[in-house]
Amino acid sequence: MISYEFIHKFSDVIFVGLFFVNNKLLKTMSNSSLPNYLEYKGKYKGIFAWIFSTDHKRIGLLYLYSIMGFFIVGAILGLLMKFELIAPGKTIMEAKSYNAVFTLHGITMIFLIVVPGIPAIFGNFFLPILIGAKDVFYPKLNLLSWWLYIIGAAVAISSQFMNGASPDTGWTFYAPYSFRTQSNVLPALIGAFILGFSSILTGLNFIVTMHRMRAPGMKWLKMPIFPWTLYGTAWIQLLATPVVGITLLMVVAERVLNIGFFDPALGGDPVLYQHLFWIYSHPAVYIMILPAMGIISEVIPTFARKAIFGYKAVVISTLLIAFVGYFVWGHHMFTAGMSGTSLFAFSFLTFLVAIPSAIKIFNWMATLYKGSILLRTPMYWAVSFLFVFMIGGLSGMVLGALSINVHLHDTAFVVSHFHFIVFGGVGFAFFAGIHYWFPKIYGKMYDAAWADTGWIVFFFGFLLLYTPMFYLGIAGMPRRYYDYVPEFHFANILSSFGAFIMIAGLAIIIINLFRSAKRGKKAESNPWAGKTLEWTIGSPPIVENFEEIPEIK
Amino acid sequence: MEETKEHKIVSFKTYIIILFLLISHTALSVFVTQIDLGNLSVIVALSIAALKSLLVFSFFMHLLYDKRMYAFMVAGVLMVMTLVLIITFLDYGF
Ligand code: HEM
Ligand SMILES: [Cu+2]
Repeated sequence: MISYEFIHKFSDVIFVGLFFVNNKLLKTMSNSSLPNYLEYKGKYKGIFAWIFSTDHKRIGLLYLYSIMGFFIVGAILGLLMKFELIAPGKTIMEAKSYNAVFTLHGITMIFLIVVPGIPAIFGNFFLPILIGAKDVFYPKLNLLSWWLYIIGAAVAISSQFMNGASPDTGWTFYAPYSFRTQSNVLPALIGAFILGFSSILTGLNFIVTMHRMRAPGMKWLKMPIFPWTLYGTAWIQLLATPVVGITLLMVVAERVLNIGFFDPALGGDPVLYQHLFWIYSHPAVYIMILPAMGIISEVIPTFARKAIFGYKAVVISTLLIAFVGYFVWGHHMFTAGMSGTSLFAFSFLTFLVAIPSAIKIFNWMATLYKGSILLRTPMYWAVSFLFVFMIGGLSGMVLGALSINVHLHDTAFVVSHFHFIVFGGVGFAFFAGIHYWFPKIYGKMYDAAWADTGWIVFFFGFLLLYTPMFYLGIAGMPRRYYDYVPEFHFANILSSFGAFIMIAGLAIIIINLFRSAKRGKKAESNPWAGKTLEWTIGSPPIVENFEEIPEIK
Repeated sequence: MEETKEHKIVSFKTYIIILFLLISHTALSVFVTQIDLGNLSVIVALSIAALKSLLVFSFFMHLLYDKRMYAFMVAGVLMVMTLVLIITFLDYGF
């Protein structure tokens, strides 16, 4: 097969030989000879040109659309819960349906959206470009990851349409309930297991890509921060995900074969389940948040017109978070009856892991300091990220304190904490990223006025939705209940009202982006005067990103 | 891009020696079960096993001859696993 590179080299020789044109002219001419990745015609046609494409950019978009689709479903489920909670007692659904709804909401949001989220979408699209490569190291494996993702999602969702009740365990599948309940947890467990493979393969692919495909001169410490955060994330995906895979299979075995891993009646230990689950799931929260921090570390320097403050500190804190994050899982089990030694150790380590996150906050602030700040949509998202992420992180410290945790565990406070940090962190960073890279991805510009409107509506809705839940948790409202005492009514009304505003903001954002992708004005190749490699190539990028692999000085 | 190193050919003799060491350590770990070491017996058994895996990693899996980077990666992964196990067991007997 003749590769593009070959054709390109060949045409270079002819041009140079016949006309002695200067390099610059040669470059512009060959530039226009290569199609961009959206127009490129490969082996397949129509939708097959996408779902069988091994181009990292097309795979990134496949993930973008699938994840966005699931996100809309997950958001509607969340809205249904807020509808139910708008008044005490039954409002729109029974207690059992509420259990099924929060379970599906959690599984969708965690396993289908925020865990794959940023690495699968922006990592796939931009990692090779940012390190000066033509693709990831294993393009076919990359496509396989997407297929596994879709298959896993289909299996997990099939649990809703089979005979019997929808799963009602919560996304955490805690034993002993998860092997006793009559609902369809098996497909949900197996689906999550398959999704794990997708995640592992993405991690493996990224690690190898960064070790083997960096452009000449792209030393480790020259890599932009976003690839670094993907690197830390990839190691967690590779090492922690197998643990949850095995754990989920153990629950399957427990249900089907009555083995007795977790069943006390058979000599098992339900707390062992919690250990195994959180040995993955705490590191998993870093799978979610590290790449989000990576995006923020790209956006803030670009819009502050300064290099990131303390590059090395940011890199080291990234790796430290990835490393220490393995050892704090027990903070989810403070009330499960662990030994005093464990309680002490996990509380201590939890406080420790907050330090590198705080280092990053200070680095971002210092980057902003005396920068000539350009307030554009991505920057609004980035600075509001700082705000919500700090509230999320600091409420985590509150939860990490042993005595207070006894009071707050399993209350609305926890729900508020992780929404501030997961939705506020990952969600806001995602929106920062999509508004930052949109012109590069589609070669079109979005309507900035609508984008800013969407942001402000979303931001206020978000705060109104989750802030009352801190109060509710402290006042004693448990999580995962469809009902509450009348004293909690007012705060719940506020919160539900916030949810509607936030969803309105979300609708504005999504509609604006969709319309702009179709009909937006043509974008320049470097609209924000960014300094990283993706801004040196055309928008949308050509098939293999670079005419020639760039040399980094 | 990083260059791939030439694969080193390890001599037949080295492999035989390692094989012999592995077998003798297996025999050793069977043998120590005869002696009552109390709590120490777990530690002894695990140490022998660890030594054996070290040999397999270094010679059969070529970590000794390949780039240092790979040895670091494997060591790092093992360290994380060990720490996770140690921390889990803080929940027992204290
Ligand atoms: C400053 C760092 C952080 C600290 C000190 C911290 C602390 C905690 C603690 C102690 C809990 C358990 C509360 C309970 O159930 O009693 C918790 C729950 C949770 N945290 Fe964090 N956290 C931090 C950062 C994060 C990050 C970065 C994420 C995700 C991106 C995250 C996601 C979650 C989730 C999803 C839960 C709830 C899990 C569940 O029960 O469903 N946290 N956090
Ligand atoms: Cu945690």
